[in-house]
Amino acid sequence: MLNRKVIDLDPLKRIENELKKCVKCGACRANCPAFAAYGKEPAVARGKIALAQHLLKGDIELDGATYAAMSKCLLCGSCVEKCPNEVPTDEIVMVAREALAKERGLTTFHQAVGRVIRNRRLMNFGALAGRILGPLFFRKVPATSGLRLRFPLPFVGGKRHIPQIARKPFMDRHPEVIPGEPGKPRILFFVGCMTNFVYTEVGEAALALFRHLGCTVIIPKDQQCCGLPGMSGGDLDTVRGLAEKNLAALERYEADYVMTACATCGGALHKFYPAVIGRKHPELMERCRALAEKTVDAAVLLQKLGLNPEETGAGDELRITYHDPCHLRTRNITRQPRELLTATPGVGLAEMAGADRCCGLGGTFNVYHYDASMRINTGKTEAIVATGAQAVVTGCPGCMMQLSDGLHHAGSRVRVLHTLEILARRLRKTP
Amino acid sequence: MLDTRILDELRKIVGTDQVATDRQDLICYGYDATQMEFLPDAVVHPGSTEEVAAILKLANREGIPVFPRGAGSGFTGGALPKGGGIVLVVTRLNRILRIDTENLIAEVEPGVVTEQFQLAVEKLGLFYPPDPASLKFSTLGGNVAENAGGPRCVKYGVTRDFVMGLEVVLPTGEIIRTGGETYKGVVGYDLTRLLCGSEGSLGVITKIIFKLLPLPEAKKTMLTIFDSIDGAAKAVSAIIGGKIIPTTLEFMDYATLTCVERRFSLGIPAEGRAVLLIEVDGDRDLIEKQAERIHEIIRPLGLVQFKVAKDAAESEALWRVRRLVSPSLRDVNPDKFNEDIVVPRSKVPDVIRRIEKIQQRYDIPIVNFGHAGDGNIHVNVMIDKQVEGQEEKAHEAIAEVFRAALDLSGTMSGEHGVGLAKQPYIHLELTQAQVAAMQAIKKALDPNNILNPGKMFPVEI
Ligand SMILES: Cc1cc2nc3c(=O)[nH]c(=O)nc-3n(C[C@H](O)[C@H](O)[C@H](O)COP(=O)(O)OP(=O)(O)OC[C@H]3O[C@@H](n4cnc5c(N)ncnc54)[C@H](O)[C@@H]3O)c2cc1C
Repeated sequence: MLNRKVIDLDPLKRIENELKKCVKCGACRANCPAFAAYGKEPAVARGKIALAQHLLKGDIELDGATYAAMSKCLLCGSCVEKCPNEVPTDEIVMVAREALAKERGLTTFHQAVGRVIRNRRLMNFGALAGRILGPLFFRKVPATSGLRLRFPLPFVGGKRHIPQIARKPFMDRHPEVIPGEPGKPRILFFVGCMTNFVYTEVGEAALALFRHLGCTVIIPKDQQCCGLPGMSGGDLDTVRGLAEKNLAALERYEADYVMTACATCGGALHKFYPAVIGRKHPELMERCRALAEKTVDAAVLLQKLGLNPEETGAGDELRITYHDPCHLRTRNITRQPRELLTATPGVGLAEMAGADRCCGLGGTFNVYHYDASMRINTGKTEAIVATGAQAVVTGCPGCMMQLSDGLHHAGSRVRVLHTLEILARRLRKTP
Repeated sequence: MLDTRILDELRKIVGTDQVATDRQDLICYGYDATQMEFLPDAVVHPGSTEEVAAILKLANREGIPVFPRGAGSGFTGGALPKGGGIVLVVTRLNRILRIDTENLIAEVEPGVVTEQFQLAVEKLGLFYPPDPASLKFSTLGGNVAENAGGPRCVKYGVTRDFVMGLEVVLPTGEIIRTGGETYKGVVGYDLTRLLCGSEGSLGVITKIIFKLLPLPEAKKTMLTIFDSIDGAAKAVSAIIGGKIIPTTLEFMDYATLTCVERRFSLGIPAEGRAVLLIEVDGDRDLIEKQAERIHEIIRPLGLVQFKVAKDAAESEALWRVRRLVSPSLRDVNPDKFNEDIVVPRSKVPDVIRRIEKIQQRYDIPIVNFGHAGDGNIHVNVMIDKQVEGQEEKAHEAIAEVFRAALDLSGTMSGEHGVGLAKQPYIHLELTQAQVAAMQAIKKALDPNNILNPGKMFPVEI
């Protein structure tokens, strides 16, 4: 018998009813990228749910083996989409990670993540430091527009190819309110860290497009990280703090929409705030739901507002292929970006095999399981290259980083672009 | 518990990484789709036939039970380690070894996922028809061991009909081949057929030679709705009587329709009492004609709706009704017993009527759908296990359902097998003498009763 100590299972109790829905049919084995990489049951949704149930029964502990199983999830949601009983395994894993974090403490990496994402100033400083110290640690990779570590660093690893950090964060370049035409929609822009610090061109493209449509764009300066990196590590206290700040920041203005150009941030605001934070803190639920209702992906909103890509988009010929970010796909956003892209002059779309498959980034999955993450990514890279496209286009800066990394390792010259960059090409001349 | 000496030997055979004993790993290999659970003592993932043989030799010598396992999607607990022992997972053996386009055969390892194999042969213009609903995750080894069937079996037959030969590791550790690569072959007993459906109790399948067909040019899907179950049943006989063998003849009864409609509002006409999903395949012109002919045949039988899909997307939309059955059943009651009786095609309405009576007598919802073309009906007894006494009542109702099927010259199970779930009922169908003959075979091949012991037959041999 196990010599058990009392463990805090409150987080799991919150989702006990969801656990019961799983009938262990095994359908999740067909779609799980982590299972494809590991081939063993603890990596698949059904296994994790069985473990959560046994945790509740008290016959296993929140120990290393439980941690190892729960860490093997990219939170990509493909099991949830295909589950005949609609079991929300992504939420279950987050909650299990919360219990693990409470019991075992956060890992050093996730402590660091928490410290950084809780603190905008620290993040700004980090970006500055990265920019100045960067050349010391990174060397430029000529083939693509990114950087490669000179030395392995803790948490990063020598093999990871890191995108370049922007000279000036996106939000520092613009005033909080950029007025548009009267009577046109007012849009709150939830920027997200990757766009703010790394892929600023995505932010610029979004801004240009919505201004083109006459919208008023508001970029609340007090917005924070969406918290998903913390959520994926079970650091729900940090995420709750961030969610509260973001709610406050986004409630300060009257607006028609909250727009995201990052699939992951959108997923956090739209799905995980109510499902994870609201469930845990019922006093926040109503506000989380209200925010979720207002949150809309940039491409969807552009289409809804009647953007004509012929006026704004590319001019010269460009063969592209499109990658579905998990956090758009699980919100049924697959059609809209493709329709906008194919309506853009000069753009030819060649579908890759398995466009809907996860790129392997999985929040912080790639940090703990870099090799598995790249195994998942290899299939993706091959599919992209096989299309003969000049660029792979997607709607998530996180995917952009992972796709670049994979392509770079494969020695490919295929470029990685955001949907909005293509749509705004004529407005912004670059790229 | 296995002692460390044995675990060390296992590790020597398959490598340290491929032997798991953490409680977490044991839990993850202790369930399947029956929702029963048993903890094994170890989980072993062999990477070759030789490793499988070495494991079985060791287990046979030491008297340790071994439970072969594919994807663990079984509905009767065949892969469950009841009583403890070693779970032997074959999913690392997952290569398609060859696809021979001249002889229309393929050789595969047992861990290949059914759909992966289908896609691979279809790329070459070939066809592997057996299509259990679990095909996206079940393994071919599991399909052979359970003799899996699916919608397309009306026309093409079940898994067994495509197995030409096997490589098998016997419980004592010998490796044998059965059958071969030729369509004909009469030398010795037909061990291939014996192993199909043997539920992992006579040997571990390590290679399979399958027969393939040319891929039909096209298919056509029709969704038909009738105002009575008899109309739908007559339609089945009339279509086949009219010399058309559809690829698929899936039916759903009124209870099933109500569930799906309540949850998903698909706009099924109110007077609809039964649905038949019909698919034909073959040459393009031929199936056009067949679809028209089917419409003519079934029109007088109380047809209230007839929809034909024009393309793949529309076909998928029609199939949606069938695919939504599982998710909507939970609204009836949280727990279900999923049985799969078979009766001769013409007796489907009789058995449905009997099931209706059973449902009334026991006052528990029973929802029926399935493969009308071959008389294979999924009888779903819906209960709430939390409610005192319901589970017992369900078991009694199930026994009644089995009796009804047997009365009508049917069988208790067409696809899912016996395993643990149907073990208590096996005497309803098999006589003492039949069981004794089967047990004699088991004993001859597995003298120490180490391979999947305690399954299928009610008493330990
Ligand atoms: C949603 C769902 C739908 C299903 N639909 C169908 C259906 O339409 N038709 C149908 O027939 N079944 C169906 N099934 C049942 C199940 O999928 C089949 O029985 C399938 O063949 C089992 O394959 P598996 O790889 O999961 O085997 P497992 O469940 O792992 O094992 C099943 C049995 O086979 C044995 N076994 C597995 N591999 C080997 C091997 N290599 N050598 C020897 N023995 C082995 C095991 O010991 C066990 O007794 C369904 C199941 C689910 C969950």
